[in-house]
Amino acid sequence: MIWSEVETWSRGQVEELQLERLKKIVKTVYAGNAAYRKKMDDANLKPEDIQSLSDIQKFPFTTKQDMRDNYPFGMFCVPKKQLLRIHASSGTTGKPTVVGYTKNDLEMWAECVARLAAAGGATEDDIAQICFGYGMFTGALGLHKGLERLGAAIVPSSSGNTQKQLLYMKDFECSLLVATPSYALRIAEVAQEMGLDPKKDLHIKTALLGSELMTEAMRTEMKHVWGEDLQVTQNYGMSELIGPGVSGECLELNGMHINEDHFLCEIIDPKTGEVMPAGEKGELVVTTLTKEGIPLIRYRTRDITRLFYEPCACGRTSARMENMSGRTDDMLKIRGVNIFPSQIEEILLNSEICGPHYEIVVTRKNHSDALDINVEVAADKMTDSFKELAAAEADLKAKLKTTLGIAAPVHLVSANTLQRFEGKAKRIIDKREEDR
Amino acid sequence: MFVKQLSVFIENRKGRLEDVTNVLKDNDINIVSISLADTNEYGLLRMIVSDPIRGKQALRDQGFSAMLTDVLAVRLPNGVGKLQNLLCHFNEAELNIEYMYILATGSGNDSMVIKVSDNEKAASALEKAGVVLFNPDEAYAIHE
Repeated sequence: MIWSEVETWSRGQVEELQLERLKKIVKTVYAGNAAYRKKMDDANLKPEDIQSLSDIQKFPFTTKQDMRDNYPFGMFCVPKKQLLRIHASSGTTGKPTVVGYTKNDLEMWAECVARLAAAGGATEDDIAQICFGYGMFTGALGLHKGLERLGAAIVPSSSGNTQKQLLYMKDFECSLLVATPSYALRIAEVAQEMGLDPKKDLHIKTALLGSELMTEAMRTEMKHVWGEDLQVTQNYGMSELIGPGVSGECLELNGMHINEDHFLCEIIDPKTGEVMPAGEKGELVVTTLTKEGIPLIRYRTRDITRLFYEPCACGRTSARMENMSGRTDDMLKIRGVNIFPSQIEEILLNSEICGPHYEIVVTRKNHSDALDINVEVAADKMTDSFKELAAAEADLKAKLKTTLGIAAPVHLVSANTLQRFEGKAKRIIDKREEDR
Repeated sequence: MFVKQLSVFIENRKGRLEDVTNVLKDNDINIVSISLADTNEYGLLRMIVSDPIRGKQALRDQGFSAMLTDVLAVRLPNGVGKLQNLLCHFNEAELNIEYMYILATGSGNDSMVIKVSDNEKAASALEKAGVVLFNPDEAYAIHE
């Protein structure tokens, strides 16, 4: 179902609305926020310099560092009394990034999430179990409000205590699952340990996954454990921009439809900052067009993707972003070679013997970077022949060498021995600093 | 005709072997015979147990990679040249032996567990040669 007619507007209609909103938001930040005013004055820019959508390219970027430098409320554009909600990112490195929502922001957020939930197959008949951690993290409350707007019944079970989650899922006959891709697989694994078959004993028909990227191999694995008929889509967002709600896949799986009336997207070369031609791959940069609490002008997401503007077979005309190839943050530089963990994941999941659980360990030995991959042998794909195990290992090594350009030893480990995650999976263990 | 061997994948790490035997103990499953082969990083534990189907399920439930493989349990009298004589039959039938280990019967007539490239072919070759195989239930119940 298409939730809003905006999703079917012509490019002309969309761009007209975007320009009108862009002019307004640039005026607002210039008048209402000292940090933005200083940035624009330093670049010799006035709000009137926006005459067309491409004029945004003259404006300086906003980065996570700007948010840290102005911690906690320095990037806000409204008086505190107008705020209705404050969220913050975990801030694993340095201070957390803080975001505030006005009444209109919360409205817009629910609307955007309702659209992507509908695109992913959610309906008002669904009983939606939200297995994202509730709290300062935007994921849970974002999906909660959006699905509520859609008319679904919410089971706010949060993350953790997976056996209890499964009790609710089975007894309430929950039909929709919200989780990170890695936790969705973990839930199925625990179900099997409890003697439940997710395909037969549970009723999940739709999975709206997000907060970490899902590779196609992971999607295949998801269907393998939850059932071939599972409608599994992923959606995209980040707390700085709104939380989930920036974009999401429809059931055609042709990339994630962007809520373009609220978010203006560009792709830049992460090294030079230059805007790239349509269809090229680079770093996603987003300007929020309607956000009041904390508007962001040209925010550098560090996510790598490309944009498509052709209409989709689902009937939507909104621009789409390709499923992320990785983050510039996650990109590993090993002996000068750029490597995305998603490249490694694809190879592992397509192999004969590996399960979906792995870790990438980076160390420094004799002044040179070394990459090691630990991967679990899947309980149901095991072989008891050394010949076959060795052949599978050799095959993995060869494929990794071809794809990555460097050798990466693969270590097979027993099922259920690597760490499991209830939120975002942490696959990379970079020990280079401590080894130095 | 074939005996179901329980195989478990374990990486070479302290305590892993004991974890496996612990699961079997808790499920009251007896290990009749055992073989452990390894590379630098991981090993395959191969066992004849009193109840292979339940043993596999118990290990899977505890998160282990475990599976069943059909193998031959061959009666082999203890004596000079007996093993050579047996291997002769495999050679004549052009069968490869992937691995073998002793099936401990506790009596003078010990036996071998053998995994070959083609079980059916091996069974008929051995039958022709008059070599006796254990029937599976008999093998599982050794020591009981």
